[in-house]
Amino acid sequence: MMDAVLFGVALFFLFIAFLHYLLFLVYQNPVVPRVARYSLYLTLAAQTGIFIDRFARGGVPLGTNMYESLMFFSWCIIIVYLLITTRYNVPVAGAFVIPISFMLMAAAAFLPDKGITELSPALKSYWLPIHVSFSFMGDALFAMAFGSGIMYLIQERQLKRKRPGVFYYRLPSLEVLDAINYRALTIGFPLLTMGIITGSIWAQYAWGAYWSWDPKETWSLITWFIFAALLHTRLTIGWRGRKAAILVIIGFLAVLFTFLGVNLLLSGLHSYN
Amino acid sequence: MDILIVGLSHKTAPVEVREKVSFSGDSLTEGLKALTNCPHVSEVLIVSTCNRVEIYSGVMKSCIDGAREEIADFLSKFHDVPRDQLDPHLYMKSGEEAVKHIFRVSSSLDSMMVGEPQILGQVKDAYNCATHAHVTGNILNRLLHKAFSVAKRVRTETRIATSAVSISFAAVELARKIFGDLAGKTIMLIGAGEMAELAARHLMANGVEHILVVNRTLKKAEALAEEFRGSAVSLEEMENHLDMADIVISSTGAPTTLIDKKMVQGVIRRRKHRPMFFIDIAVPRDIDPAVNQVENVYAYDIDDLEEVVKANIKTRGKEAARAEEIVIQEVKQFHDWMLSRDVFPTIVTLRAWAEDVRRSELEKTMKKMEDLSAADRKRIEAMTEAILNKILHRPIVSIKHASHSPDGGKFLEAAREMFGLKE
Repeated sequence: MMDAVLFGVALFFLFIAFLHYLLFLVYQNPVVPRVARYSLYLTLAAQTGIFIDRFARGGVPLGTNMYESLMFFSWCIIIVYLLITTRYNVPVAGAFVIPISFMLMAAAAFLPDKGITELSPALKSYWLPIHVSFSFMGDALFAMAFGSGIMYLIQERQLKRKRPGVFYYRLPSLEVLDAINYRALTIGFPLLTMGIITGSIWAQYAWGAYWSWDPKETWSLITWFIFAALLHTRLTIGWRGRKAAILVIIGFLAVLFTFLGVNLLLSGLHSYN
Repeated sequence: MDILIVGLSHKTAPVEVREKVSFSGDSLTEGLKALTNCPHVSEVLIVSTCNRVEIYSGVMKSCIDGAREEIADFLSKFHDVPRDQLDPHLYMKSGEEAVKHIFRVSSSLDSMMVGEPQILGQVKDAYNCATHAHVTGNILNRLLHKAFSVAKRVRTETRIATSAVSISFAAVELARKIFGDLAGKTIMLIGAGEMAELAARHLMANGVEHILVVNRTLKKAEALAEEFRGSAVSLEEMENHLDMADIVISSTGAPTTLIDKKMVQGVIRRRKHRPMFFIDIAVPRDIDPAVNQVENVYAYDIDDLEEVVKANIKTRGKEAARAEEIVIQEVKQFHDWMLSRDVFPTIVTLRAWAEDVRRSELEKTMKKMEDLSAADRKRIEAMTEAILNKILHRPIVSIKHASHSPDGGKFLEAAREMFGLKE
């Protein structure tokens, strides 16, 4: 009951934030992103309330089922967005990142099973929230990098074509977008790495093997290689800008596939049931 | 109280007239003092820029016509310009129209170049000068502070003033869209020329720190480098230094291109793909347009910059329309405030007048009816009060409503006229 009410509140305010960020693209009034930001605070509060409520009811509330995972991912994206936008002062990025967070919550709303999943004793361990936190925080940073990558490609196109359009005036400079991309990558990559390591430690406890080529493991390794390649080319030959933006977009699509596609299309040890 | 503007601007007067009636420094203070001697003018402020000379004043509603003549006479006498030469260029605005005008001027909507940022500072200076001379009061203080906040709203909520409308500023704006912060960036200036130097100066004013000056003759390069406090590079050495430059401004008289795609591809690799911005002001062009195809390189020639300026002017027009909406909203609010200022005193004087009538009539009657008991006197007194309240109820409600209606001013005036009340 409590769960459903808080979920409704979170979804509602996230929707308000989402609308205001889109509105901000059209209407450059500083009040608009402020409304959006406060809506995000309320969303976070409601989501956090859900986690606390679930914890109190005896679950390990992070990522035991699809519902919790979607919600936690959405929560992480909001946190990352708020931190990044405070650092770089680019509220317009909300129009590119918050929709992702909103869609995750909206997807959670359509799930039939919103209950608390009883984990088998083998899986019940503190490694679960640790593994899930690292993974989703990393993924959220990649979502941020994805948003800035999209913005970069739009702004770059405007500058190359030399015909300033609507976005030319509204989007931040290429340098800032590239800096966000890089910053998100340098924090997100270690988190993803930690996610994979803690996951395999947990797997050793739970399943008795560090690595068993489960589809989720395979795909997270693919994702890891994409971002490793991006980081490598950036540091050695200075790949930046457009190429970095495109790679980061591909990387985030791989993240999404690892998270959702694997569960929907492939079966393995990571499937929720 | 009402607001009255008497003035002229680039819209009504040619520069020959504007320069004759402009004020500056001492003459401004003198002018303000002279204006306070006008009996009909209660508060005053003079805005004098190269595009306008306007006198804003707070006057009693009943004195508007008198004040108008006094101010026009003042302008004519002070500057020794006969009225018949001045009058065709003068405009006079009062009430809501005046408020709107002041808001539009401060928000740079009435400027020759809509959105130019100087005007707000000029109005602020004019206001400071008037407050120092102690010639402003409640009305102008409130009005000007409101005008500044409207200008701020217009600036933050529309992008009227953010897009560049000259070639050299467009170059700065593009550089900022590419590099963000220009601090620590390096420019290379190839050749010399007024527009190229201007662009370089604007870039340096926006944070660019280092400049390399390239010229066919090293002597010229050195002279210019000294002026910019940069370093000189000979034309032969240009390619070797190109990787140090984030922004390249070129304007030589060379008949063929100096920089081609292949050269830039090499340079960008040496720069580890850090972005470069080429600005080609020369005709014929110094930089091969194919340079723009190299990744992380943006090459603009004079026509491209012209296009950007055109697009900026177009968006300024759209933004101006939104700014006008903001001004209209704010004018409405200010108008309501002005009316509400008049509403309360009107009600008070109306009540006081009616109470006077009641008292004097009551006294007269009571004198003739001395044998009445105290209780009866009380009753009669209560009755007169009740009659008064019942009669006045409707008019007072209407007067209160007047402050929210567009014709409120006229209504208040009519009410005062009808009951013979003084302001």
